[in-house]
Amino acid sequence: MQFHDSRDRGADQLALGLGWFSIALGVAEVAAARGLARVIGIPADEKNTAILQAMGVREISSGLAILAQPRDAKWVWSRVGGDLIDIAFLTSALRAEDADRDRVAGAAAAVLGVTALDVLCARRLSRTGDAERRSCSTHVQQAVTIARPIEEVYGFWSAFENFPRFMGHLESVKRLDERRSRWRAKGPGGTRFEWEAELIEAVENERIAWRSVEGSDVRTSGAVRFHRAPGARGTEVRVDLHYSPPGGALGRGIAWLFGEEPEQQVRDDLRRLKQILEAGEVLLSDGPAMWRPAQPAEDLEQIRTLTGVQQ
Amino acid sequence: MKANCWMGKGLVQIQDVPDPRILNARDAIVRVTKTAICGSDLHLYKGFIPSMRRGDVLGHEFMGEVVELGSGVKNLAVGDRVVVPFPIACGHCSQCERELYSLCENSNPNAWMAEKLWGYSPCGIFGYSHMLGGFAGGQAEYVRVPFADVGPIKVPDNLSDEQVLFLSDILPTGYMAAEACGIQPGDIVAVWGCGPVGQFAIKSAYLLGAERVIAIDRFPYRLRIARERAGAETLNYEEVDVHEALKELTAGRAPDCCIDAVGMEGHAPGIAGAYDRVKQAMMLETDRPVALREAILACRSGGTISVAGVYGGFVDKFPMGAIVNRSLTIKSGQTHVHRYMRPLLNRIERGEIDPTFVITHRRRLHDAPEAFEVFNTKQDECLKVVLTA
Repeated sequence: MQFHDSRDRGADQLALGLGWFSIALGVAEVAAARGLARVIGIPADEKNTAILQAMGVREISSGLAILAQPRDAKWVWSRVGGDLIDIAFLTSALRAEDADRDRVAGAAAAVLGVTALDVLCARRLSRTGDAERRSCSTHVQQAVTIARPIEEVYGFWSAFENFPRFMGHLESVKRLDERRSRWRAKGPGGTRFEWEAELIEAVENERIAWRSVEGSDVRTSGAVRFHRAPGARGTEVRVDLHYSPPGGALGRGIAWLFGEEPEQQVRDDLRRLKQILEAGEVLLSDGPAMWRPAQPAEDLEQIRTLTGVQQ
Repeated sequence: MKANCWMGKGLVQIQDVPDPRILNARDAIVRVTKTAICGSDLHLYKGFIPSMRRGDVLGHEFMGEVVELGSGVKNLAVGDRVVVPFPIACGHCSQCERELYSLCENSNPNAWMAEKLWGYSPCGIFGYSHMLGGFAGGQAEYVRVPFADVGPIKVPDNLSDEQVLFLSDILPTGYMAAEACGIQPGDIVAVWGCGPVGQFAIKSAYLLGAERVIAIDRFPYRLRIARERAGAETLNYEEVDVHEALKELTAGRAPDCCIDAVGMEGHAPGIAGAYDRVKQAMMLETDRPVALREAILACRSGGTISVAGVYGGFVDKFPMGAIVNRSLTIKSGQTHVHRYMRPLLNRIERGEIDPTFVITHRRRLHDAPEAFEVFNTKQDECLKVVLTA
């Protein structure tokens, strides 16, 4: 995927700082657990030192993860989780009889301060992450080998109205004339998107390409190349897809169509294409994608919907 | 209908679930007459296989009567008595064309899950986790059988259910393990694990021309069955040093072929066993490969280790040095059941093998939860449970 540059540099810097802070604190907790216990006012007994050392290991791993991927909000969120554990630990220490309450309270206040910083940083990172996803132009390349003759595979693909049988997000493709077709896709919350596409290239048993017509809400193009696989292994199908959704709600809808992992979606589409051409059907699971237990369903429509195909 | 469902780690229950219906044109619905509990069901029972969900119908060893057919199944008729292979295979992809049915490329709708763990996906399997397809299993009154024009085999009336039921899994599995050894005249085969698959591996090794078969286990009753019913010499690993004993029994040549019929939950006495148990409990290793390590070290240089036991994820302290420096070959795979059903059915008909000797317990489907526990804890000398639906 290609991204426009919309980074929040401040958040990146803050994340790096928090990463180094994690490592420093972690090393102190592991190496000098007893001393640290005294500083924060809890008994330096075996149980507390063991807990502090475990927390230290956690801090170090969080820190390393943040330094390795400072733009990934989830590592900073993992620090927030750690902070909550620390606060829970200190709160329970406050109730212990042999704790120095003033010192423990001081330590808890310090942790609360750091927590606020962590939340701030994680939220800023998450926001820029979302913005990137919204403004992305997606390019996906996937390939599959189908154990059928090239003429048959090309023939199936050149009939665009077949696409909804294996492309999970498409509801229908209607042929308008020799070159033009109308595509209808499902969006989030029962919404629909429609656009018109035109065939721009069709070389029999070699290549098919199409793109959305000028002025469509959805700018998309695709190309498929076909090759005979060596050793009579069937047909190699290589797919290139581009989607450049506009901004706004529609854009978010299109981004949602392709989810977090557009490659995975196209891979699943090609897997279904292979099933249709080789096995004659898209095999339905009793528990598609673990959405429901593997037991017979009352509602067959539900199984089809979860599988993402119309049969 | 009633079905035996996985309800969480260590818990299976008979539940009321909807009757299965035809979902695809190549489906059949089979009314189950007999089904069995497999050793690999215990891996699910104990929570060692990921991607299980509360309510999953278990069971991949089953047979019964065809009661309904999809429009695409032309070779079966309602009323046919069939045994169903546990791997689901389309019969048309390049793997099926090579007769590697358990590698079918079209039978796992949840393939992406398996790809995350294993790189690529194998076939779908009945009642064996969502990453292997999320298919309802055969420990039930009825079951939906996908690609029914390729999998189920019709069985003759003169053979009883018990004689043919194990064509669904464990007989071909033991047979394929022995076949993978490429047994030559004079070969000595060692088999780790005297569960049902181990017993059939011993039998098959003899059928395929092994000179001697040495079986290894720790349960005296399983060793006794291996001796008396399968004809093996036996070693109890709690009593002898297996490596030394095999060296002695083979006059220093070592077994030419070693079969691991144990899998991911191997036991070992002493430090090695404790090491794997601790690592497995801490999720640092998913499988305990104690039998596999021992088989590798015990095998003749240039020999073959055939792995029939199920492994799910990652093993630790794997003796790669022995494999490289001693030219060992490891062969494995989920069983390509479809290619063995016909020849093994013929062997059963000719009386060359009677698979019923492994059955120790017969229960009603209704008693499956209790039967799981009996089998799991090896109470009452349990070797194989057959359930009548």
